[in-house]
Amino acid sequence: MKPRVLVVDDDSALAEMLGIVLRADGFEPAFVPDGNRAVTAFRDTKPDIVLLDLMLPGLSGLDVCRAIRAESGVPIIMLTAKSDTVDVVLGLESGADDYVVKPFKPKELVARMRARLRHHDDIASESLTIGPPDSPVSIDVAGHQVRRDGNTIALTPLEFDLLVALARKPRQVFTREVLLEQVWGYRHAADTRLVNVHVQRLRSKVERDPEKPEIVLTVRGVGYKAGPP
Amino acid sequence: MIEHVPAVPAEVERAPRPPAPAGSAPGADGLPPAARPGPNTDEAGPPTSARSRPDTLVATAVVLGGWWRVLRRLLVSAARSVGRRWSRSLQLRVAVTTVVVSGAVVLIIGLFLIDQITDGVLRAKRTAAIAQVDTAMASASGTLGGTDFADVQGIANAVTNLKSELAFNGTDAGLYRVVIQSDVPLESLADVFDADPVPPKLKALVEQGRPAMQYARIRAARTGPLVPGLVVGEPIQGRGGLFEIYYLFPLNVEQDTIALVQRTVLLSGLGLVLFVAMIAVLVTRQVVGPVRVAARTAARVAGGDLSQRIRVRGSDDIARLGQAFNEMAGSLQRQIQRLEQLSRLQRRFTSDVSHELRTPLTTIRMAAEVLHARRGNFPPQLARSAELLQAELDRFEVLLADLLEISRYDAGVARLEAEDIDLRSVVTRVVDAQRTLATRHGCEIITRLPDDRVSVEIDSRRIERILRNLLGNAVDHGSGHPVIVTVAADHAAAAVTVRDHGVGLRPGEAGFVFDRFWRGDPSRSRLTGGTGLGLAISLEDARLHGGWLEAWGQREGGAQFRLTLPLRVGQPLSSSPLPLEPADALRSSS
Repeated sequence: MKPRVLVVDDDSALAEMLGIVLRADGFEPAFVPDGNRAVTAFRDTKPDIVLLDLMLPGLSGLDVCRAIRAESGVPIIMLTAKSDTVDVVLGLESGADDYVVKPFKPKELVARMRARLRHHDDIASESLTIGPPDSPVSIDVAGHQVRRDGNTIALTPLEFDLLVALARKPRQVFTREVLLEQVWGYRHAADTRLVNVHVQRLRSKVERDPEKPEIVLTVRGVGYKAGPP
Repeated sequence: MIEHVPAVPAEVERAPRPPAPAGSAPGADGLPPAARPGPNTDEAGPPTSARSRPDTLVATAVVLGGWWRVLRRLLVSAARSVGRRWSRSLQLRVAVTTVVVSGAVVLIIGLFLIDQITDGVLRAKRTAAIAQVDTAMASASGTLGGTDFADVQGIANAVTNLKSELAFNGTDAGLYRVVIQSDVPLESLADVFDADPVPPKLKALVEQGRPAMQYARIRAARTGPLVPGLVVGEPIQGRGGLFEIYYLFPLNVEQDTIALVQRTVLLSGLGLVLFVAMIAVLVTRQVVGPVRVAARTAARVAGGDLSQRIRVRGSDDIARLGQAFNEMAGSLQRQIQRLEQLSRLQRRFTSDVSHELRTPLTTIRMAAEVLHARRGNFPPQLARSAELLQAELDRFEVLLADLLEISRYDAGVARLEAEDIDLRSVVTRVVDAQRTLATRHGCEIITRLPDDRVSVEIDSRRIERILRNLLGNAVDHGSGHPVIVTVAADHAAAAVTVRDHGVGLRPGEAGFVFDRFWRGDPSRSRLTGGTGLGLAISLEDARLHGGWLEAWGQREGGAQFRLTLPLRVGQPLSSSPLPLEPADALRSSS
């Protein structure tokens, strides 16, 4: 079955061109030109992935992102004309998994989308445990579930991938570049802010006190590693 | 009539002196040395005792020397602190100046007053004394006029009679004593005549037969203490000799009056000066206080707190100063807010232009990609057009990105996101990425890295961009010769040099390479297709780190670029661990 893509963009020419490219690459695109209708369209089309322009008439891209994130963990890739830190970080903090800066190459966009869709297929039966012994975090990789103290923690697929990547090798320190490659699928160096923001989001969900992390630890000057099991 | 002694100094004649202290110069008070009471008792004391303790004196001198050094140091430091306060405190200056000036005025007025009063008091006394002497002389010349010095008993009787007649006549001039002497030395009459000391100059005049007067120290009674007084001397010619009659008018009362006047003038003068000083301090405080408030507020405004204002009360000059200051601060604040607003608009504009340009460019880009992917099916001219479109879009995109980057620097919105990174890993990453391009141009990149970790706080995205630019340029201009990248660090800074051995730079060009859109040789084609903004952006990137980016070049000797970065963000740079001019530079042409 072809993956469904919801394209939220007000520029009709770009939307049409995206449609041509995406259909050629085996996606089934749907389009919505403004922010107000984006969330309704999301519920109607139930896409596998969302391409979201940040500057939209009506509800802004950031608000749409938050609204979608509130009800679903579906991958969201921002299309942004701004690569400034503030804009990118704001977008990532409102729930986007990744971003591409205009003008992007079609191949680059498709690669990003495939990276975000990939993990659903290749899940083996696997169970991981990390964190402090008195309150460990257990991960059921196949069931796509994370539990701590008996409660299920809702993670987006990206956050889940990030946690699994770290948990599989608990003592290894991952540089941001390695995480970008393993989790986001970047083949060469990209924006390390992606990692920083998503680590923060992940911590806010799994840590007891995000200021004093026990699950995802920062290794100063190098990167991150999972806390002791 | 009575004449004044001409040779007598004015102060001796006019101002009666207070009792002279023991040990003053002999004769200074007008007395012959022999007439001093007890000359060997008081005065002989101090010298004798001083001569007897030379060792103690030396020890005392040493101790005093130590104390003096300490004291001098204290004095010097006190003088310095006073000097500092003097130069810093307007209030102190005004108060001291007022005290000095008013003190001088009061002193002059006081001296003038005392002088006038003294003069008046003494003149009155003198006039009264002369009148009294004239009266007394009438009877004296009657008694003594006809006496013969041969008749000793007659003289004795006449003198005794005259004495009892004249002595202690209380009149307007007050009490006086009569001293009668004679120029004829008669032992038998020694008891009759008085031995009281008389000023020698006065005596000399009287002995010449001239009446005279002089201020001198006298005894008010035969055995009393010496007091200031006025001596009037009159000669009376007897047969065979001259009688000298001296009238001694004590001036205690006048002395007391004058002393009282002096004290009063002195005290009231001091009081006046203090009063004026107090007024000066109070008035300057009224002025200086608000000025200090204004200075403090101005410092805060200068420090960036534009909302600071002075509280203004009343409508005097100080209040107007405060109002003017507040108006200035207000207009400053408005101007800065306006500029900030403009800057915000500018940034917004940059951002908007970015978005507006990039969206259609994305569409064009994708369309070009689609065309480019199908170019195999096109006739040759169409296929080539699709290739050119694709290639030029790449260039256009890079140029747009560079323009936006530099406009961000111009708008001052570029922010450093520094983290602690091993500079060697950043260099290796960039070199590896550029190696493919370099190999394509037949150029080798050699890295010389230190063995130890080079830990630097940097924004790796920006540093990578700098290194990419430098390496791209080096490959571009290296004419196929190897490019050498060197990394070094010391305790405060780390440096990367990128050295090529290409055509190099002409003299003076090293200063231009960082200019926007500058090209070394317009006729030379570029291999890597830079935008002309790369080095300008790199320079801004380096500056954002507080670092240096410098160029060195030599015609036909190649070029070297050096990037120096502080190990910690915010630390000032003073030197670079690597030299700007490479060791293999051609000596002859430099």
